[in-house]
Amino acid sequence: MTDAAPAPFRNEKALKRLKKRRAADMRFKFYGMSAIAFALAALSLLIISILSQAMSAATYHIVRYDVVLDPAVIAPPGKDKPADVARNIDGFYDLLRDNLLQTFPDVQGNRLETRQLGDLLTRLAVLPVAKSVAANPTQIGQEMTIKVPLNDDLDLYLKGAVSPEARLKLGAVEQGIETTPGRVTLSGANAFKGLQSLIAAQRAEVGDAVDARSILVTAGKSTGRVVSMSADALEMDLLTGSASDFNAARPLARVIALPESQRNVSDDQIAWTLALKDMGRISRVPHFSLLTHTDSTYPELAGALAAIVGSLLTMLVTAFIAIPVGIFASVYLEEFAPRNRLTEIIEVNINNLAAVPSIVFGLLGAAVFLGFFGLPRSAPLVGGLVLALLTLPTIIIASRAALKSVPPSIRAAALGVGASKMQSVFHHVLPVAGPGIFTGAILGMARALGETAPLLLIGMVAFVADVPTGPTDESTALPVLVYSWATHAERAWEPMTAAVIVILLMFLITMNGIVVFLRRRFERRW
Amino acid sequence: METTITESRETLTAGTSMDETRGLTYPRIECKNINVSYGDKQAIFDISLPIPDRSVTALIGPSGCGKSTFLRCLNRMNDTIESCKVTGEIIMDGENINDPDIDPVLLRSRVGMVFQKPNPFPKSIFDNIAYGPRIHGLAETREDLDEMVEKSLRRAGLWEEVKDRLSSPGNSLSGGQQQRLCIARAIAVRPEVILMDEPCSALDPVATARIEELIDELRKRYCIVIVTHSMQQAARVSQRTAFFHLGELVEMGETDQIFTNPRERRTEDYITGRFG
Repeated sequence: MTDAAPAPFRNEKALKRLKKRRAADMRFKFYGMSAIAFALAALSLLIISILSQAMSAATYHIVRYDVVLDPAVIAPPGKDKPADVARNIDGFYDLLRDNLLQTFPDVQGNRLETRQLGDLLTRLAVLPVAKSVAANPTQIGQEMTIKVPLNDDLDLYLKGAVSPEARLKLGAVEQGIETTPGRVTLSGANAFKGLQSLIAAQRAEVGDAVDARSILVTAGKSTGRVVSMSADALEMDLLTGSASDFNAARPLARVIALPESQRNVSDDQIAWTLALKDMGRISRVPHFSLLTHTDSTYPELAGALAAIVGSLLTMLVTAFIAIPVGIFASVYLEEFAPRNRLTEIIEVNINNLAAVPSIVFGLLGAAVFLGFFGLPRSAPLVGGLVLALLTLPTIIIASRAALKSVPPSIRAAALGVGASKMQSVFHHVLPVAGPGIFTGAILGMARALGETAPLLLIGMVAFVADVPTGPTDESTALPVLVYSWATHAERAWEPMTAAVIVILLMFLITMNGIVVFLRRRFERRW
Repeated sequence: METTITESRETLTAGTSMDETRGLTYPRIECKNINVSYGDKQAIFDISLPIPDRSVTALIGPSGCGKSTFLRCLNRMNDTIESCKVTGEIIMDGENINDPDIDPVLLRSRVGMVFQKPNPFPKSIFDNIAYGPRIHGLAETREDLDEMVEKSLRRAGLWEEVKDRLSSPGNSLSGGQQQRLCIARAIAVRPEVILMDEPCSALDPVATARIEELIDELRKRYCIVIVTHSMQQAARVSQRTAFFHLGELVEMGETDQIFTNPRERRTEDYITGRFG
């Protein structure tokens, strides 16, 4: 601008430029903040969804049985040695099922109902009881309280995960009369008006599908399934208990949205479970067995212990190989190796190696360690070796970066007082680079901990029922357990899988916590 | 091997400690026809320079004239640069220290070095000083080591300031103190020669004055070679001055003579500020 009276700072062009620049600044700030907001939202969504799933697996329901350990059932003559008792799962199962049959005597004689009642209890769930009794045989013949997990489907029902369910407290019932065997009529002035309008509302919503829904009416230990009703009277099939329980009671009605034919749990089983709950025999307890049990085909019995130990053993093997090899390789390359064509090629290839898909390392492990060296399948030793190969480039790259960041003046100072090259590296450079090196090592290990694909290929996906005691035992690992549990069909595995993911995340958070601690504690400034 | 070094050093110290005067200036180091090149690029051309004992020799010259490179030849720090090639003879105690047979580690324990930027180890003040004696096995007991640390710090004029906090980190000191700590660290290994590569360029004038006083004090015991950009500093602290230009030694002589009556035109131009 060549104005007569120049305004050098406030002329039109300058103001326009300023405005444009400010707008660009604002836009860039906005992009940055929205990127961060998106990342945070995605992360919190992930954590919330996993945690909310896992929360339901944090507790589970167990059933209490007060039984006499009848030697005729659990230790019949000829099979009464401790080893036999420990293996007598059928005996213990019969003992507990008979206890259930005594609790619900009206089931007797009906084979379908007997089987369904028996399903409240998983056969294998008695194994720990059998083992503990076998270890302490004086208990045989004594009275004993046994606590066994409830069947996973009923557990889910009690947690409200099987089907949406509308609950309604009915009006005062005058009395319940058993008109024909198994058929009970409840009467009470306007007692069922609320239930009627609830059904009418549901009919308006879903139409005649509401007729397929089960309406269970419960008072105390007794539950019936509604057949028909009017405002003052209700007719129902008694599923368990007796008509007299309804006298002068205010029963609770449940309208279960999912029809019985589409559920894994029958109305009868729900009725028994509610009765057991009313008796105080079902309690919801923390699901510690998730940490103390090994894998099982039954979700209520399964635990992650074998996978946790397997992961730890694998990580130990990985750490013992990858960390020293990685550190020595990086120290040599960074401090001692001459800069020439060969080291350049090596450097490029290490960087390339870090980008190789992990499943390729799995194939390599299967071919070399299993095929050529003949190491055992499914063993943490092989898993650790494969993961060590996988993490090696990561550790080398991180360690070299840490070594590079050590100021050269430290090296010169050490050489200046007459330290040898070795001394300058081991006394001065490595201690300064230490936190950075260990950060890299632990981040590499964290990556290895989460790897699934290479472990699948060397057979660590096998079903492992025993806790591995050494690196050559058959074993699995936490991410592989997540994979195999997530592929199960039963609903109950879903929260269990989420719970294992939480355990895995805990491991990772711990490792990252160590990184932060190391950085804070040992990072030196100069 | 360790004992023979110590012995030879002690006899040497015993022999020379009698005459503390600086009149005796037999060449401590005799450099003959030094050529240095980095790859294809030659940095130093055929320099011959005697360096007298118990005095300060200043190397001056414009940036990139090769004075630091020359200084680093004297304790073979150039060995650490792969592409660097040094030829010529550097005679010290009758031996050519540029010979491949000479152990540079042993050489560096006898020819200490102080760098441009204070570079204490990220360790305590005590450990900074004690590191050299430890790796060379100079102290047999803890008391010896304590004494050595105190003596070195006293000689570097730092003892009074740090005696109560020997365990605090070396980098917690001020820049000037750090540089004196580095000098103390160099002294602790009992060198005979101390090389200083622009030791005051990162310091303020007050700290610079302290270091210069210290250099003046130290020259009674050591042979000191200092590279400096400050001509005043060269004039203040040195007895002999060598002027480098474009990798060549232009002129050397008594400091007074160089600054008052230079023989060469280039020297005069430089010290009067006409170039450089």
